[in-house]
Order: sequence, then structure tokens, then C-alpha cells
Amino acid sequence: MVKELNIVGTEDTPGITFNSQTNVFELSGRSLPEDVVSFYKPVIEWLDELEKSPIENLEFSFKLDYFNTASSKLILDILLKVNDIFSDGTPMKIKWHFLAMDKDLEEAGEEFSELVEVPFELVAY
Amino acid sequence: MDNHSNKITANPKSLKYFYDFHQLMEQSEIIMVYAGEFSQALTKTLLSFTERKFNVEKLEDNVKRKIYNIMVEMLQNISKNALDNDHVITGNSPIFMIGESSDFYFLISSNKISNQNIPALKSRIDEVNSLDSEGLKQLYKEVRINGTFSKVGGAGIGVIDMARKSENALVYEFVRLNDEFSMYSLLIRVSRHV
Repeated sequence: MVKELNIVGTEDTPGITFNSQTNVFELSGRSLPEDVVSFYKPVIEWLDELEKSPIENLEFSFKLDYFNTASSKLILDILLKVNDIFSDGTPMKIKWHFLAMDKDLEEAGEEFSELVEVPFELVAY
Repeated sequence: MDNHSNKITANPKSLKYFYDFHQLMEQSEIIMVYAGEFSQALTKTLLSFTERKFNVEKLEDNVKRKIYNIMVEMLQNISKNALDNDHVITGNSPIFMIGESSDFYFLISSNKISNQNIPALKSRIDEVNSLDSEGLKQLYKEVRINGTFSKVGGAGIGVIDMARKSENALVYEFVRLNDEFSMYSLLIRVSRHV
């Protein structure tokens, strides 16, 4: 059984939630932790659980204001893991939200979208 | 400045050195200088200080974002390297500064690195300086997928990202301290209007 996730955001780490009622996983805020690998470990473990008992039509929502290069690598790891679960036959989707004026975040979303087969929607706000 | 020397020396009986130092900062268009111990807590403090200052000065949003991005990479690079090196020799503490000229904001960092890390770093910066924005994008994607990320660094991906955000050539210098260490200084410019 896949657990709820509820990591509260801080000024240098993102908020991470998974709501099993809505089936939405959300990563939001700023990501520049001192040690990205330890910070994202609970998410990677949560994805391992999801792989064992997949949930259909889960939405992965990214609403980041900023992430550093080290976080970028971990976000890619998360997306590739999501892609594996998708490729094994579980429908899901990714939504990448970005501030309409923020060209860098929009481009980052486009670059990530090229690396996965999961339906990937870029949403300007 | 003192007419006889360029050196500013602290004098416990007078504040003249402080005045000279302040003048020097204003003439060099320096907005902020920090030297000493770098940590994640300090990174957060300097970021929020700079954000507040630039909000007051009403910088263009994308200029603010570029400076913020580059600052994070520079400051975290210093604090991560400091973990490894600083106990080895004292002196030559790392420094970070932000300045402005009529065309650019500039960020400068200087910190101690092992001489053995210089060739790889130098060739990465030279490579980055030789690429246009499309070339940098391709290199960034390639390194992010294939690069091995150590505890200390991200396979030079920080340098690539800073170059993408800066949109100007990176300026660097290595000054040899001894057989083991050098000071690595990096200057990154962000155009005031992008």
C-alpha cells in the first residue's frame, strides 16, 4: 500500500505531498538542499513502493520556483523512475507548472519532457 | 586611500582604515562582500539579503532570477569544498562578492582548491566558454544524464548552468599557494538588461 507523503517546504527545501484521495503527487517551492541525496531519499523510497503496487492515473505535479543543479539531477531520477512505472503499463501523467515569465523554468520543463514517454504537460501560471 | 601605500591596515586607535575601506568598496562598485566560513545557513542568509536588496531596487525579474541561480551554485560550491579543504591549511579563507557596473552585475568567488582538481575544472570552463547557448544546453543535458555526482560536486554541471544563466564568458584565475593548493577565482557577469 502506497503511503501518504507530507514533507513541509522550507526556504531551501521543497514541499512534497502525496494525497491518496486525489492521487496527486506534488513537489513545490524551492529546492537547494545541502545534501540532495538524503533530502530526496524518502521520495525515491516512496517511488520504490509505488513500483511494487502501482496506482493508475496518478498525477505528478511539479510547481517549483527554483532548483539548483544538484536537485535537477534528482528530479531527473524521479522522472525516470516514473517513466519506468509508466512503461510497465501503468497510465499516469506529469504536469510541469512554471511562472509564465520564467523562461528558464519553462525550458527546464521542456528538457525534462524530452527524456520521458509519460504524457507531459507544461502549464504556465 | 593612504598616499604612501595601497595597503589598508586596521588601526585600533583610528577609524581611518574603515573609511578608506568603505571608499575602496564604493569606488569598486561592490555591493556586498563576505569572507570567512561558508555554510548552508550562510548561503540562505546571503540569498535572502540579496533578494530583499534587489526587490527594493526593483531589478528586472529575470535579472534577479539569474543572479539568484548563480549565487546558489557559487555559494554551495564554496561551502561544499570547504568541508574537504579548510582544516588542511589556515589562511586564504574563501570570499564571495557582488558588484555592479553600468552594464553588468558581477559575482566573484574565490576559494582554495586542490591543485589536482585544476586541469579538469580549467578544461570544463574553457569548453563552456567556447560554446553558444545551444551548445551549452546540449552539454548540460549530457552531463546531467551521464555525469557522476560526488558528494562534493556535480561533475562540473554547476559551471555549465552558471554559464547558461550568465550568457557571458566566465572569467577565471588560479593562483598557486603551494604544492597542494591554489586559490580558484571565478567572475561571472549578468547583463543589467536581458
